[in-house]
Amino acid sequence: MSYTPNDSESTFNVLQPTIVRIDRIVDESKTTKSFFFNGNIEYEPGQFIMLWIPGLDEKPFSISYHGKNFFGITAACKGRFTRKLHQMSVGDILGVRGPLGRPFTIQKGNACLIGGGVGMASLATLVDRLKRGMIIQGAKTASDVLFRDRTGFSGMTVYTEDGSAGEIGLPTKNLETIYKQFGVMTLYVCGPEPMTHAVFEFARRHGLPMQASLERYMKCGIGLCGQCSCDGLRMCLEGPVVDRETLETLSDFGRFARLKDGRKVAIEEYLQVRT
Amino acid sequence: MAAVDLSTELCGIKLRNPTVLASGILGTSNALLQMVAGAGVGAVTTKSISLDPMPGHNNPITVGFEAGLLNAVGYSNPGLHAAIEEFKNLEGMGVPVIASVIGRGVGEFIKVVEGLWSQGFAAIEISLSCPHTPGFGMMAGQSNPHYTRQVVAAVRRVTSIPIFVKLSPETPDIAKVAVAAEEAGADGITAVNTMGPGMVINIEARQPVLGFKMGGVSGPALRPIAVRCVYEIYKAVRIPIIGTGGVSTGRHAIEMLMAGATAVGIGTAVCISGLDVFSAVCREMEEWMEANNVSSVQELIGTAHELYPE
Repeated sequence: MSYTPNDSESTFNVLQPTIVRIDRIVDESKTTKSFFFNGNIEYEPGQFIMLWIPGLDEKPFSISYHGKNFFGITAACKGRFTRKLHQMSVGDILGVRGPLGRPFTIQKGNACLIGGGVGMASLATLVDRLKRGMIIQGAKTASDVLFRDRTGFSGMTVYTEDGSAGEIGLPTKNLETIYKQFGVMTLYVCGPEPMTHAVFEFARRHGLPMQASLERYMKCGIGLCGQCSCDGLRMCLEGPVVDRETLETLSDFGRFARLKDGRKVAIEEYLQVRT
Repeated sequence: MAAVDLSTELCGIKLRNPTVLASGILGTSNALLQMVAGAGVGAVTTKSISLDPMPGHNNPITVGFEAGLLNAVGYSNPGLHAAIEEFKNLEGMGVPVIASVIGRGVGEFIKVVEGLWSQGFAAIEISLSCPHTPGFGMMAGQSNPHYTRQVVAAVRRVTSIPIFVKLSPETPDIAKVAVAAEEAGADGITAVNTMGPGMVINIEARQPVLGFKMGGVSGPALRPIAVRCVYEIYKAVRIPIIGTGGVSTGRHAIEMLMAGATAVGIGTAVCISGLDVFSAVCREMEEWMEANNVSSVQELIGTAHELYPE
């Protein structure tokens, strides 16, 4: 790699944002929108991009739609950055760095994809790629459910915290029953860390293969600043997707994450403060 | 011929090889420093530690250009209290750990050094030279002989471990600052910090890329300037120098030693070459030394200075 892989306006790289225009905006739920851009980005499900709002900030996003000469991201309206993003219109410009990080490794055999909240967005291109397996989504309420009408999602099982759509409860609720019925399966997971950790406990109990996408406060995205570390792993390089064997070695997993200033706090506090 | 000896000694601190992880790169946690130690580095430096937690600047904090990187991290760090918790059991690291310390004033430097020094650190590095954080370094006018003398003298009174002072390449007479540090009791110099600050504007967005708009310049663009600074400092002081700035190969490291460095800092190169850069630099040094009949690092230090003194 060199410091400037290119100076062109159209090819994506990890060191400088490449400018894209918003081509289309789709309302996915009451609080979530997808933004589509033109351009070819070499992307594997599970990787991420850094999205730059010029003059404001830059934040990590999974690519939730990916095709020839287009891609899209899905963002919930949560903080200062996503509020501004949600106010943007078709034709507005953004910067993209990437693709970054380690993707999911697709395994043969049964697959079970479990997404919580907007974490479902990082599993979406994996659904497109796998074209098989069970899809489980957890959401707060009916109006937060994502991708219900999306191609490939017709068999998705939905869980909501208030029971307003699908089954009431957490998406991890029926995993034991599913395991009894289908046996060995690879679990692909992205969601709030307590959810991911619950899936991990289940996977460990039955010795099931699992890959999870973890979320940590991201800064440089290129392995220099150390901000996104989970134990000794940089989530921007050695993550964000890690397998079960690796999760077993991470004492921070399910317990601690670092705030913007690097202070290591309980994961619950991190999830509160970060947004 | 006998095997090449890459070990070096910085004011009593023994290093298995001259490479040092520069401050600001990956030094946020014990676990990350451990990973760098495992990659073959000679010594590691923590990310700079301030008295209070600092969130740092907004993203982007780094941007590449054709001759290196700009960064404006803004000294994000969890503060002294959390750093004391984080950097424990340093003996298990296997390599010397240098604590980088920053402060808004002499009082803060004293408090941070008092809190940290006895944790098992091999040395303290006092940074007076960051070009992109209000209240610190260049943006607080800390990089001059007078201030350097004050801070070093004050810190000298509260710790018995070696003190390094990290200097800016933007100082008009860097040798004078180094002399001030030496006279006030510093045991070594780290030269240099990033230069600038510089700015990269994305012309499509019509905006500076960095969240802080400007940032310190590092990488290949900085290297010849760093070499010149080390050369000037070597002429002026007797204390050892960690030569830092744009080093990414064994040849670069040898050049830095010849300018007068006793050890060689590596930072930005981690971005391009990954953690393998430390072992690669060592291997390349060995190859060159073997081919040129040099058996130890000691034989290289300062050899670029006057062949025919008047």
